[in-house]
Amino acid sequence: MATFKEFRNKIKPNWCPGCGDFSVQAAIQRAAANTGLEPDDLAVVSGIGCSGRISGYINANGLHGIHGRSLPIAQGLKMANRELTVIAAGGDGDGLAIGTGHTVHAIRRNMNITYIIMDNQIYGLTKGQTSPRSAFGFKTKSTPEGSKEAALPPLELALSSGATFVAQSFSSNLKEMTNIIEEGIKHDGFSFINVFSPCVTFNKINTYDWFKENIVSVEDIENYDSSDRIMAMSKLMENNGMLTGVIYQDKTRTSYENHVPGFKEEALNKQELKLSEEEFNELVAEFR
Amino acid sequence: MISQLSWKIGGQQGEGLESTDRIFSTALNRLGYYLYGYRHFSSRIKGGHTNNKIRISKKPIRSISDDLDILVAFDQETIDLNAHELCDGGVIVADAKFSPKVPEGIKARLFAVPFTGIAEELGTSLMKNMVATGASAALLDLPIDIIKEVIKEEFGRKGTAIVDKNIEAVSRGAEFIKDETGGPLPELQIEPADGQRRLFMIGNDAIGLGALVAGCRFMPAYPITPASEVMEYLIKRLPKYNGTVIQTEDEIAAITMAIGANYGGVRSLTASAGPGLSLMMEGIGLAGMTETPVVIVDTQRGGPSTGLPTKQEQSDLNAVIYGTHGEIPKIVLAPSTIEECFYDTVEAFNLAEIYQCPVIVVTDLQLSLGKQTAENLDFENIEINRGKIVSEIDPREDGKLFKRYEITEDGISPRAIPGTKNGIYHVTGVEHDEEGRPSEAADNRQKMMDKRLRKMENIQVTNPILVDAPHETPDLLIVGMGSTGGTIDEARSRLDKDGISSNHVTVRLMHPFPTEEIKPYIEKAKKVVVVENNATGQLASLIKLNVGYAEKIANHLKYDGNPFLPSDIHETCKELK
Repeated sequence: MATFKEFRNKIKPNWCPGCGDFSVQAAIQRAAANTGLEPDDLAVVSGIGCSGRISGYINANGLHGIHGRSLPIAQGLKMANRELTVIAAGGDGDGLAIGTGHTVHAIRRNMNITYIIMDNQIYGLTKGQTSPRSAFGFKTKSTPEGSKEAALPPLELALSSGATFVAQSFSSNLKEMTNIIEEGIKHDGFSFINVFSPCVTFNKINTYDWFKENIVSVEDIENYDSSDRIMAMSKLMENNGMLTGVIYQDKTRTSYENHVPGFKEEALNKQELKLSEEEFNELVAEFR
Repeated sequence: MISQLSWKIGGQQGEGLESTDRIFSTALNRLGYYLYGYRHFSSRIKGGHTNNKIRISKKPIRSISDDLDILVAFDQETIDLNAHELCDGGVIVADAKFSPKVPEGIKARLFAVPFTGIAEELGTSLMKNMVATGASAALLDLPIDIIKEVIKEEFGRKGTAIVDKNIEAVSRGAEFIKDETGGPLPELQIEPADGQRRLFMIGNDAIGLGALVAGCRFMPAYPITPASEVMEYLIKRLPKYNGTVIQTEDEIAAITMAIGANYGGVRSLTASAGPGLSLMMEGIGLAGMTETPVVIVDTQRGGPSTGLPTKQEQSDLNAVIYGTHGEIPKIVLAPSTIEECFYDTVEAFNLAEIYQCPVIVVTDLQLSLGKQTAENLDFENIEINRGKIVSEIDPREDGKLFKRYEITEDGISPRAIPGTKNGIYHVTGVEHDEEGRPSEAADNRQKMMDKRLRKMENIQVTNPILVDAPHETPDLLIVGMGSTGGTIDEARSRLDKDGISSNHVTVRLMHPFPTEEIKPYIEKAKKVVVVENNATGQLASLIKLNVGYAEKIANHLKYDGNPFLPSDIHETCKELK
């Protein structure tokens, strides 16, 4: 069985020192090892931006695609090979601005994929513009007078879109994040995980200290029941979306792949391609 | 007796025209006639004038006709809009309910048949289309048994009572016509056909079948006219072969999901039309840059923007050839017949995997949706070639990846499917090195760019052009693509009678352009006429760019939403000669 070190490669990330994304990288590596995966069995598909580079920093099959499109690529890959563990990852711009449409539909489709949003509430790689997660009034290069738009609440969006696994973590809490990603990998369905991953260079408001002061763990909420969708939604709203932990999980609904007529347990890429002459003749005869 | 005739049925969309057309044409197909269908329809579900036209012939035909012999009308609008197409001695068969009138100046015989009246006597006015089917069959003096057989297949699932009622409606319609005409009309008597059951299908069916036979097991797509039939064909048949279709949230998801599946080792395609193609451009770029095979079908319709969604056009040529930013390897095939829709789709999957690049199969609305007779498809001609896929990979020293983008002489690198032991590599749309790692080094950039584009230098494609060149130095060379080939050939036989000699080249490989193949035919022709359904002459521009001879190349363009008629091409060619 592979150790977390075997999921490391020798590439030095181009992230700034102190970037929250380092913890996400480590948590994915640890969670992969903890769930008994080998590097060959894992694929990480990522978007574009600082966070998008993550697929290149893990020793696994990696695809660094197009801005906002990590989820459809990951879903296509999963359909081709459902035996592969597929993790998609990207920033808040990737998943909640340019790729929001895909995020919502991937959630309701519910394929067995783990999706991690590295949420820093700013555009980092393009050097500091507002993000869909930036708060109203947040000043950036593109909003010099402060953002006039409301921040998008990712977990509420996921819940209302029919998510079967909704969780949130924070880069300072590697142990909790590793556990959540592990749970996400094990979950038979789409796991939506938002991670507060501070940008130390461009976001001087939502800093490590700021998150530490504002987040609330569901562990600390008395009688919290993560199978209760209404409770999940109301606690999220009460806490302004700042909850961490597994916020909601529906274990009753199985993943999309299990509901596709004719779809086998064995990977689609292992199936025979060639039709027999008899099958061919039957198909052609439909048109006579 | 005549050897061919044209029949058209028209009314409001949703009146059952489609099933009349289907039953009537299926019966004719079983009698051994060659058929060529054309659908005139609007972008709405119910209401609005719509009509289906079928050309019926004893000999092979691949074009709509200039005129019309029989017009079946469910309303006066159908007569007013279409009667001008009727040849002298043509026949209008119309529902007596609306008291049909023949417009002034039209020399046609009118038979007012109580379509609705008979249907209502039988219990429901819905069956008026079956009365019309019977009336049509009687005009051609078709054996009624063959219609009955098709009706049994069409309605069998609904029970014998329904089948019997529909057969009764057909019989009553036929009897009414026989009483009115007092026997078959000599000018509509078509020579008997050979009784051989040929294939009768639309181009989109042939593409779907081609994909299935090529081993395509996954299709993500977004509905759009005139491409949706490809996904509808596959969703019904893929589950038996363990595959599936996903209706995605948009065409961006469709192309990127198809790329993901191909990366995962499953042959996958998507199909769309202009608006979807525009959304797919970034995905096409990713496939080109990451050397991931993917097949995209573009069924052209009237553009730009939403354009003419249900009309004929061939104006996406520039988009499919040049589309996406930057420079990538890409192959564009343009089938020109139903049979080619099938074989080209199979070939597209092979080319995509051999050359590891996007392959676009471009059709047009008439080829995609016009139901036609096709020759038998040959199992022996089907080959699956997956290109350079490696399954055994030696372990490497720590930190090294599989060289997915190894620089090779032909530019094609061995490909490992994710999950292959020791097969880990990186894939990125960023410029990368041989292992797929991002690299901005100038030297690497040039090597990689050259490697990708080198793949296009020796592309082997079956029949890049089709040639019919009976003349050494013809007066005219007519060049076309897609569905126009049959119409061009009909125009040529008329030109022959005028004493104008012509050759015909159909361009099938749009990119990389088959310059060397076309050149000799351009050189030898006194004049070249490029026939295309667009406003700017995109194919003509391609020929001028790649082959030259601009001074002798003329355009014959049509962009009013309708396919060319043989007379359009005949007249223009006579003038241009």
